[in-house]
Amino acid sequence: MTALTVAADVRAGRRKAAEAVESHLAVIGALEPAIHAFNQVMADSARADAAAVDAAVAAGQDPGPLAGVAVALKDNLCTRGVATTCSSRILDSWRPPYDATVVTRLRQAGAVIVGKTNLDEFAMGSSTENSAFGPTRNPHRLDRVPGGSSGGSAAAVAAGMAPLALGSDTGGSIRQPAALCGVVGMKPTYGMVSRYGLVAFASSLDQIGPFAATVADAALLFDVIAGHDPMDSTSLPDTAPSASARLGEGVEGLRVGVITELTHAEGIAADVVARVGEAADALAAAGAKVEEVSVPAAVYGLSAYYLIAPAEASSNLARYDGVRYGLRVPGADITEMYNRTRAAGFGAEVKRRIMLGTYALSAGYYDAYYGQAQRVRTLIIRDFDAAYSSFDVLLSATTPTTAFEIGAKTSDPLAMYLSDLCTIPSNLAGHPAITVPFGAGADGMPIGVQVLAPALGETVMFQVAAAVEAAAPPGPIASATPDRGRAGAGGAGI
Amino acid sequence: MIAMPARISRADVAHVARLARLELTDDELERFTEQLGAVLEHAGDVAALDTAGVAPTAHPLPLGNVLREDNVVASLDRDEVLAQAPAVEAHRFKVPPILGEAP
Amino acid sequence: MTTDAPHAPAPFSPTGEWETVIGLEVHCELRTATKLFCGCRNAFGDEPNTNVCPVCLGLPGSLPVLNRMAVEYAMRIGLALHCRVEPSIFHRKNYFYPDMPKDYQVSQYDRPINVDGWLALPTGRRIGIERAHMEEDTGKTTHVGGGGRIHDAGYSLVDYNRAGVPLVEIVSRPDLRSAAEARYYVDELRGILVATGASDGKMEEGSLRVDANVSVRPMGSTEFGTRTEIKNMNSMRSLGRAIDYEVTRQISVLTSGGRVVQETRHWNEADGSTRSMRSKEEAFDYRYFPEPDLVPLAPPPEWVSAVAAALPALPADRRARVAAASGLPVDSDAVATVVHLDLDGFVTAAAAAGADAALAVRRLANEVAASGDSAHRLSADGFTQLLLMESQGSLTTAQAREVLRHLLATGGSPSAVAASLGFEALAADALGSAVDEVIAAHPDEWGRFVAGEDKLQGFFIGQVKAATGGKADLKVVSSLLRARRSGA
Repeated sequence: MTALTVAADVRAGRRKAAEAVESHLAVIGALEPAIHAFNQVMADSARADAAAVDAAVAAGQDPGPLAGVAVALKDNLCTRGVATTCSSRILDSWRPPYDATVVTRLRQAGAVIVGKTNLDEFAMGSSTENSAFGPTRNPHRLDRVPGGSSGGSAAAVAAGMAPLALGSDTGGSIRQPAALCGVVGMKPTYGMVSRYGLVAFASSLDQIGPFAATVADAALLFDVIAGHDPMDSTSLPDTAPSASARLGEGVEGLRVGVITELTHAEGIAADVVARVGEAADALAAAGAKVEEVSVPAAVYGLSAYYLIAPAEASSNLARYDGVRYGLRVPGADITEMYNRTRAAGFGAEVKRRIMLGTYALSAGYYDAYYGQAQRVRTLIIRDFDAAYSSFDVLLSATTPTTAFEIGAKTSDPLAMYLSDLCTIPSNLAGHPAITVPFGAGADGMPIGVQVLAPALGETVMFQVAAAVEAAAPPGPIASATPDRGRAGAGGAGI
Repeated sequence: MIAMPARISRADVAHVARLARLELTDDELERFTEQLGAVLEHAGDVAALDTAGVAPTAHPLPLGNVLREDNVVASLDRDEVLAQAPAVEAHRFKVPPILGEAP
Repeated sequence: MTTDAPHAPAPFSPTGEWETVIGLEVHCELRTATKLFCGCRNAFGDEPNTNVCPVCLGLPGSLPVLNRMAVEYAMRIGLALHCRVEPSIFHRKNYFYPDMPKDYQVSQYDRPINVDGWLALPTGRRIGIERAHMEEDTGKTTHVGGGGRIHDAGYSLVDYNRAGVPLVEIVSRPDLRSAAEARYYVDELRGILVATGASDGKMEEGSLRVDANVSVRPMGSTEFGTRTEIKNMNSMRSLGRAIDYEVTRQISVLTSGGRVVQETRHWNEADGSTRSMRSKEEAFDYRYFPEPDLVPLAPPPEWVSAVAAALPALPADRRARVAAASGLPVDSDAVATVVHLDLDGFVTAAAAAGADAALAVRRLANEVAASGDSAHRLSADGFTQLLLMESQGSLTTAQAREVLRHLLATGGSPSAVAASLGFEALAADALGSAVDEVIAAHPDEWGRFVAGEDKLQGFFIGQVKAATGGKADLKVVSSLLRARRSGA
């Protein structure tokens, strides 16, 4: 059942929020031990929140567009009084004294938060294996990663544990796991969704975005969380474009460019390339004008990203020092305490990125690394601008391959980083992008196709995404979960 | 064109670990030297790129002059704040001895 | 941390063949209601850790939003120092220290809001201002055990009330040439900061903090010597002492064939010396980069010109005004004191009412300055009235001073105070009558005096003095006598 249906039914009094939420809690109860999508399931507060929604409906009030809809939150979004761990030992016991702006918006829209989902520690990773609390597994095959860093949110939606989830996307951390888990995942224009209360990884790249089983549900959630927030200086002042406005209007006359560098490139698997081609053909068949387009500087995206993001992260993560909150490992003096606390509190990947970022910013290297990466960012924006002068949206692969096996890339950071190849350019440019499930690969695992749009281009992006979704071949079904709103066949369930 | 830095050394890694306040084992030092070297080598394409005349982008979107009014907003409850701290004394955060002055 | 033994001052004078070169960095806390990036109160002396929120505690997920009033105050300071207000950005200065909640400080680095200005010392000499940029303050650390000294403390306690308080750092060019000049500079700067309303200028509460870059060079040399930065001087007196000590130390190092090491040195008030703050394993590398959580600041020209137009009169202008009204030299101590005490309005009011403005300046700079902080009981009107009473002869100089002392101590109007002190008999009319009576009683002597026998003036003065019981102002008596002679 889609979030749209649940909310409509609850608002109309046809269904109890308590009932809807209970059904998701039941799925969580059944599947969580195998998948480990959650760091914390908030069953008690979810039941209380659902009861409050039902009471509001009974009292004749409208709880809002997400009335009674279960939503899972990535565990790097602050929830007042509820542990927010970022899947790190260093924040293990921390309870924020405030709610993230998106959490406030969800509550005001009548949503019911069912839990905090697992992630790569501080959102650094592409497989959710870098979690202090153990990996999340792909609901389609338990020996495969769900992708990352928002792997818990992607798996939760794929497994039907919640119809909606929020993640954060710094270099693809929503879109990559969404593609690998066979769900819709979207990164908004930078500044579209408030970052207030999102534990920072790389401030100039981070954006919060929705996961859903369908494009329409993702649009529904986007429309709730998007909009100006005075608590975030980088929040866009304008009214957010509507994601739902032109769903179902088709793509007749729209110009769609298939990005050569992010589709027909070394390392992108043949089955993935084939699915992107089918999606392009389908859009052309639906009346769009489809052509190949080059975004040359996109090939430098990965390198630029792995200088910029760690640099910002090295500074953002300095505050975890054992003084004000979180873990402390005692030391004879403050420096020893710092060194030990951070050595014990951070996992290997976080340490690696802090080291990389510290080095990239350090005296003598700033210009060659960080400064140069920021210039490349300018080049990427220029090349995208050039492409958008001829196209309304762009199309590409979301990930180079389908979900890989757990443990396959943990000892080779560079190989792991390459799985963000296609998603990173949008973060560097600050543009929106969405991944839509489009059939399966040779291994029967889900494949996603990415639709990219210029800044503030969410409306047309969702419009095209809906057309891609409508044309998609049946995807694999994750498990014997209840109706997920989209028919499909096959796939290795759990 | 900006000169390509030399490959990161074990001593560089040790120095960076000190700057970042991370106590590393010999093993980690070894591994990080190799792994950071590989990532930086891959980033060499960026370092080697001719970007003369290209302005850096610090922000993806051109916002400016975002200001708030000078109005007092309620602060947090002190007990709630201090309850999160590893060590507290006299309503202050307690830390081990500091060996140097602030820079 | 290396701790040099306190350095014995060199046995020779630092003047002579060495020239001192000083540049000052003054940190000024702004008088905003709230902090730089959040709505917590900006207040001194509150209960520890009560003015804190997710932003100024650096809690995960929090974000800064710039305070408009802090920008306004920063521009006031810059414009008062004749700087250009420019588009600016904030950087992060990364280093670990427990008084910094985020372990980085948000500060303007290579693109500060104010650049390239100057400050005129009372002598008229211009000291260059390189920049005046915005940044956030740190929290406050208390060291426990070991007598409260950082090096011996058993542990430390941190209060974040001050963390995030807005600062403007004013960086001078190395234009100052002596400790005395450095003190003049800080004094003048403090006057400007207070005048703009941007700061309360209280050094003792830490709202004004001064660091000094000090070097010496052979007299006549055009190259700068290696400088040291001195920190922790928390009064004007320690500023002067620390610079003098450091200059002597550097000359001693150089004349004994050594090299001055570029480093930061900590002023120790108790033993009157500076010592190195170098830490053996720590080479500071702040890894500055643009703060991604904030956007660029470019105050529109209308805003800048509105701030410039609303600037109040600055101490230098006010001194010029007092000097013009009184005829006293603009760099005289009395003029500076009057402006420093914020009493220049009294001088202009007195001048406007026809009173003696030079006398007004002297009275204010002497009597009022000596009275401490009680000038608030004195009104400009009352002060002017008192000056007029004195110049018109209703009060002697001694009596006027006495009345002023009473006005400062208890307030009231000058005439009422004069009356209560028994000075009313000397009202100008009464004194005139006494003179007239003496003339009438001695017609022969008066005729000779009118005819030109000047030595008789003393006789008449003596007679008036006797008639008034010694209360008459003799200068006034002689002028009355002269007036009557010329009218005779």
